[in-house]
Amino acid sequence: MREVNAKQITEVVKKMCIDSNYYLTEDVLRALDEGEKKEESPVGKEVFQQIKENIRIAREEQVAICQDTGLAVLFIDLGQEVHIVGGSFNEAIHEGVRQGYKEGYLRKSSCHPFTRVNTKDNTPAIIHLNLVPGDKIKIVLAPKGGGAENMSTVIMLSPSEGIEGVKNRVVEWVKQSGSNPCPPVVVGVGVGGTFEEVALTAKKALLRPLGQKNPDPQLAAMEEELLTRVNNLGIGPQGLGGRITALAVNVELIPCHIASFPMAVNLNCHAHRHQEAVI
Amino acid sequence: MSQAIRLKTPLSDADVEKLKAGDKVLITGVIYTGRDAAHKRLFDLLKEGKPLPVDLKGQIIYYVGPAPAKPGHVYGSAGPTTSGRMDAYSPKLMEIGLKGMIGKGMRKKEVVEAMKKYKAVYLAATGGAGALLAKSVKKAETVAYEDLGPEAISRLEVVDFPAIVVNDTKGNDLYQQGMKQYAR
Repeated sequence: MREVNAKQITEVVKKMCIDSNYYLTEDVLRALDEGEKKEESPVGKEVFQQIKENIRIAREEQVAICQDTGLAVLFIDLGQEVHIVGGSFNEAIHEGVRQGYKEGYLRKSSCHPFTRVNTKDNTPAIIHLNLVPGDKIKIVLAPKGGGAENMSTVIMLSPSEGIEGVKNRVVEWVKQSGSNPCPPVVVGVGVGGTFEEVALTAKKALLRPLGQKNPDPQLAAMEEELLTRVNNLGIGPQGLGGRITALAVNVELIPCHIASFPMAVNLNCHAHRHQEAVI
Repeated sequence: MSQAIRLKTPLSDADVEKLKAGDKVLITGVIYTGRDAAHKRLFDLLKEGKPLPVDLKGQIIYYVGPAPAKPGHVYGSAGPTTSGRMDAYSPKLMEIGLKGMIGKGMRKKEVVEAMKKYKAVYLAATGGAGALLAKSVKKAETVAYEDLGPEAISRLEVVDFPAIVVNDTKGNDLYQQGMKQYAR
């Protein structure tokens, strides 16, 4: 067994909250550069320039890229040889979020669904835990803003609809979402599993680096086709009309029940924030 | 893109009537922030026939819930939030003289109709460009509902705040026009 102190987890999560909201990863910066080059609409080009200038300001002044610094969504692969000491694992994560959002001057966006009263420290974090072999803890943190998250859906299709059914629904969904999710978006698609697992699968699809295709050739082709079809919608940057509505479409698939055919679409905005750390 | 039109607040009917969907604008003057919770409170006051904490006649509301300002900064990152959530309240506010709304995302038909009827415009700022947009805020003070935290109503003094006209007073819609132009 390898011992890891809960305090160390808190420190790592805290730093990730701040860094993910101040700096975008290389894959996203590259996708934005490529998008700007391909964009034909003058307004769309200008939006790309504003997005890039905004990223520069956030990095230099160390402020949030977007005021919606999201709920802190964490995917954690916990090595089964790890023994957490010095406190509760979950509380260590919440405390990291609490400290990160306070010290990083990030917006606290968590509230009671009915009363809308803010929890004031952006907790609870959304934690997805997976037990894996080994003695490491891998943490992926993806702050998720409300605008894009609201434009997400789970559909329980009939198996007879097949792959074309999924593709058509994805395109329809992006079309219907229009300017709301802050395009250019990243489209996460989950196929298979169960009602709850397919939503998680769509979210995990968003975590794959932009520009990296699904290793399954059928799904890679599906991603490429969907990206073309979504960009042919003409929605464009910020929905003002243009060629680039999405920077990428990432599809993930898992087996499902013989009677079921679940699919989910989880959209993310161009402030496609995620950070990874290993303890 | 066409040359930007400079807008100085407060706005008159004539100021907004000359704007067309697709026009780029640079706003200077006072604008007020307000999003979900503040809109609900304003709407409830109007329903009860009570006075509002701010006079919205000729004014612009910016749908934003900023990040906290860092020491040495005037304002925290402050990009627009999704406007559709304010649709239920906006026609009533236009009826009492609101002239402009800044946000992002589509508005309902009733809101677009109200813009025609009461002479008001809907402007989009670039969603997710919070650090950039905060730069045009020169002064900020909370004027109502401090208890709402990031959802409080603030009075912002802005200089050359960049936005684009999405819905004008004639019922035009840049989202629809733009999409139609580039769809294949």
